[in-house]
Amino acid sequence: MRARPYPAWISRLFIFSVAALAFTGFMQMPLAKRYYLTEVPGMAWTGDFYMVHKIHYLLAALLLFVVGLTVVNWLRAWKDTLVLTRLGALRVAVVGGLVISGGLRVYRNLPDVTLDPAVIVTIEWVHLGLVMVLGAVALIALVRKSSAYAVRK
Amino acid sequence: MSKNNDQPGKVSRRGFLKALGTGGVGLLTPSGAVAAGKGRVPQPSDNELATLLDLSRCIGCGECVSACRESNAHKFPEPVKSFPAMSPSKRAKPEDWSDKRDVEDRLTPYNWLFLQNAEVEYQGEVYDINIPRRCMHCQNPPCANMCPFGAANKQVNGLTRISDSLCMGGAKCRTVCPWSVPQRQSGVGLYLNIMPRFAGNGVMFKCDRCYRLLEKGELPACIAACPEDVQTIGPRGEIVARARELAAGMDGFIYGLEENGGTNTVYVSPVPFDLIDKAIDKDGPRGGRGKVAGGKAKGLGPGKPHMGPVKDVMADETNLATATLLAPVAGVVAGVLGLGAKLLKNGEEGSHES
Repeated sequence: MRARPYPAWISRLFIFSVAALAFTGFMQMPLAKRYYLTEVPGMAWTGDFYMVHKIHYLLAALLLFVVGLTVVNWLRAWKDTLVLTRLGALRVAVVGGLVISGGLRVYRNLPDVTLDPAVIVTIEWVHLGLVMVLGAVALIALVRKSSAYAVRK
Repeated sequence: MSKNNDQPGKVSRRGFLKALGTGGVGLLTPSGAVAAGKGRVPQPSDNELATLLDLSRCIGCGECVSACRESNAHKFPEPVKSFPAMSPSKRAKPEDWSDKRDVEDRLTPYNWLFLQNAEVEYQGEVYDINIPRRCMHCQNPPCANMCPFGAANKQVNGLTRISDSLCMGGAKCRTVCPWSVPQRQSGVGLYLNIMPRFAGNGVMFKCDRCYRLLEKGELPACIAACPEDVQTIGPRGEIVARARELAAGMDGFIYGLEENGGTNTVYVSPVPFDLIDKAIDKDGPRGGRGKVAGGKAKGLGPGKPHMGPVKDVMADETNLATATLLAPVAGVVAGVLGLGAKLLKNGEEGSHES
């Protein structure tokens, strides 16, 4: 729970969007109905694949907004006073991979795009694999009490 | 095969072969995300292969069904029993068609094409309509777009195929398919090697439009075997033009141009499809008609596709793609305008969140 030298609301938006994306991402698999999640009050929507998919898209837009905001702030000012931690840099790389693979996923779903099946399988598994890596690294960062992505120089 | 070309207005063999050639391209370039909100028919890919079914010609002889079975028999699942126990057992039940391979009145993992019949009275005349049913091969297939493992894919030649080596059998494709086409066989596939008790339940099967035959430049089995030339295959642009011409000639109706934003299976009928939808499978489990994902259309039950209207089920996602494209731009603009930077100096005061 260390103080972070960047605005708290950016952290909160990032954590919320990533956590919700991870959840709705896993709900892309047909798990909610099988494992009775749909029976939990207020969670029936998890069984609606289209709803979950749309929410995942909206959350992705939120994450991309936060990413765009952070990147431009970093380039304009923060890089002079902040430095990425090692675990922070690792997570930035993983989030970058998730954004790119997720972007390709959205691109693939456009009606006039037909990618090669081998490319699609690669995108899918890279996206799924990276979210697992992000979860593992985030857990390590939490255990080591170094969850801040950046610290003051 | 050649008899198809003997009829006036039929799609040319040259066009068919030309469309086959697009399979080697690897990927179709998009017209860009800006096209996201535009109408899709027939814009995306006039060179995709589509099939036209002239329902006024089908006599319901079943030659297509037999040919499909024979041609695809080597792809049918061969499960080893007993199936692994699954958890939770109440929700994850095995689906086994291996002892019911002879079932021909619906789609199953062993029957990728079947015939529906509709006796329809229209404008004072009674029509006996037979309808070969199989995968519609949507232009923007939700089964492929929403498969979490990339096991279902649309190919550049316009057909949608499920890879039996990648499919986990979760049946999401069947749930999101507006016609509930793919059918599951338990006891086969990748899930057996991963966590058979907790994840997966077999492999999903459906028409793959005889992709091996197409690769060799041959016609799909159901088309080649048809004695009445019910089906025609060719580049979608030509197929759509032919369907319109055919429909105009018989003062008839078309199914597949608008349904789910456009499919690569186009039916032409002398009677309206809403009447057909009400009449097909009249002895079947009408009580089992459930709400179909993404539309108001009702299904005729598992493995028995309806012929009702279907909205473009991926349209919302297509529109939201624009949002994902604009969101980082909005973030950059907000950053340039100073949002965030000003708060940095106060960061330590307000940043003690977990």
